[in-house]
Amino acid sequence: MKDTLKIGPREFHSRFFLGTGKFSLDKTAAAIEASGTEMVTLALRRANLGGEGNILDYIPKTVTLLPNTSGARNAEEAVRIARLARELGCGDFIKIEVIRDSKYLMPDNYETIKATEILAKEGFVVLPYISPDLMAARDLVNAGAAAIMPLAAPIGSNKGLITRDFVKMLIDEIDLPIVVDAGIGRPSHACEAMELGADAVLANTAVATARDVVAMAHAFKLAVEAGREGYLAGPGRVLEYEGEASSPLTGFLQD
Amino acid sequence: MNTINVEKLKVNLERPLMDTVLDAYDAVDFSAYTGDDVLRALEKDSISLEDYGALLSPAAQPYLEQMARRAKQETACHFGNTAGLYTPLYIANYCVNHCTYCGFNCTNKIHRGKLTYDEIDTELRNIAKTGLREILILTGESRYHSDVEYIGHACEIAKKYFTTIGIEVYPMDTDEYAYIQQCGADFVSVYQETYDRVRYKEVHLAGPKADFAYRFNAQERALLGGMRGVGVGALLGLGNFRKDAFAAGLHASLLQKKYPHAEVSFSVPRLRPYINNAENNPNDVHETQLLQIMLSYRLLLPFAGISISTRERPGFRDNVIGMCATKISAGSKVGVGGHDEEAKGDEQFEISDPRGVAEVEQMLYAKGMQPVYRDYIRMEQA
Repeated sequence: MKDTLKIGPREFHSRFFLGTGKFSLDKTAAAIEASGTEMVTLALRRANLGGEGNILDYIPKTVTLLPNTSGARNAEEAVRIARLARELGCGDFIKIEVIRDSKYLMPDNYETIKATEILAKEGFVVLPYISPDLMAARDLVNAGAAAIMPLAAPIGSNKGLITRDFVKMLIDEIDLPIVVDAGIGRPSHACEAMELGADAVLANTAVATARDVVAMAHAFKLAVEAGREGYLAGPGRVLEYEGEASSPLTGFLQD
Repeated sequence: MNTINVEKLKVNLERPLMDTVLDAYDAVDFSAYTGDDVLRALEKDSISLEDYGALLSPAAQPYLEQMARRAKQETACHFGNTAGLYTPLYIANYCVNHCTYCGFNCTNKIHRGKLTYDEIDTELRNIAKTGLREILILTGESRYHSDVEYIGHACEIAKKYFTTIGIEVYPMDTDEYAYIQQCGADFVSVYQETYDRVRYKEVHLAGPKADFAYRFNAQERALLGGMRGVGVGALLGLGNFRKDAFAAGLHASLLQKKYPHAEVSFSVPRLRPYINNAENNPNDVHETQLLQIMLSYRLLLPFAGISISTRERPGFRDNVIGMCATKISAGSKVGVGGHDEEAKGDEQFEISDPRGVAEVEQMLYAKGMQPVYRDYIRMEQA
């Protein structure tokens, strides 16, 4: 059976999205290849299109670009950056990032919803980056989002899936692809998110700061594939530490 | 310990930031900290003001290696494997202040000059040819020779070539910052030099800079005027450098807390040789102390930018970039102009790293780091 991920008009065979811009550009092509990814994010503000170190020179044309709106502090700025990305030839996919806290870099869900609504109407394929919140996710569905990108942990923290229960709610309740983004620090974290039922995982810092960037990109590919297969295989029940009670609490019943 | 009431400092943003910072400046006692306090601080996820004091104390000196390891992790987490590149451009060096430590000091008989708009254009165009997209525009403090309109127009010219424009000029009023922001600058650096009011008075003998409070509140006015980010710093070695670094860290931390969207950053100038400085001792802050301060800034505010200027030698800069510093200047000239022809005015200080952009870039590549030329979109471009 073909297990593909559909986001907007595109189908993806890889469920690993790779972030760029946080590591050496000359390793970008090799990391993309090793990761097997078909979608890479880039910060438009950092892209330096047409100048020194233009990221687009290092990304194979077959890979879908997911420019993000980092630097936007409200919906209006996100919308303007998204339009600029499209004008600059980055395509119709856009990851909405609206952040107005320089300490934790937590996304502003409310402004993100507003930007999503505007951009979806303009034909963008919108992937909003949010704090995992069920109500916000439902609003994003109505606003026309193509997928939801909840954070696993604060961006750059490498802490793993500390929002597990809240991400699980989105997986269970939202009929859009759920792409776990931010805070994934190790391949095992990515595997955990996939095993939980996430549709894809995005990593950046974890790969960018590895001793061997290319090898880590490959490790993430394998972890995401393993997690996906594990999810599809239907994991067995995991018993609590005490095991099954040997004298059942309901053994007294006489019918 | 318990030298500072941390809770009070943490919550009361209604109080002027200056009062809070100066109380902390007076209260902090670095002799009270032990090596255990330092190790405890290094084990925490996020450090308190007390921990910060420990990291800046003499007791932390034997643990510099551990601090460096932790700082490197934090820097990597927040900035990845990248370093921002920028260069300063001095457009004028007229100055009305009498600051005893400064080469631009109004009593120094140095060669004064200011660039015409055409010259500014030529300088900026030449700098842009090196690939840089971030510029820091500087002047001496003279509202007569380099008025707000002159600085604003320089920013408008800079917009043609650069995405990120910062200014390091005299403190301004909120509406003046708003005007400069409209002209294209989004980042403002103002260094308090020292947070010791007595010492401040001693070294700022005349001129508007003698107004400690007006200078202290410049970052807030800049943010209220619409600036995106503000830089703070002390001229290390001018007063008690530990106390000054403590105050600067708290100052930055409170600014971010009061204005959560603001991008705060640090610079770490220390006293270096300059003209007519016989009575000063520029050696108070050695590289060890400078690094301790930079690492402490990083651990206090893991998300804050730290710039390393060409005041420091290549061997120092190449090692701190990526460990704690996030931005490095290249191709710096600290006279007035000098990217096209002979500089039109003398330097504020001597530079210790003459390398150009290509050389600094090569150094970063050799370290496995990615130079970042731009990391910003001016909203009017979008």
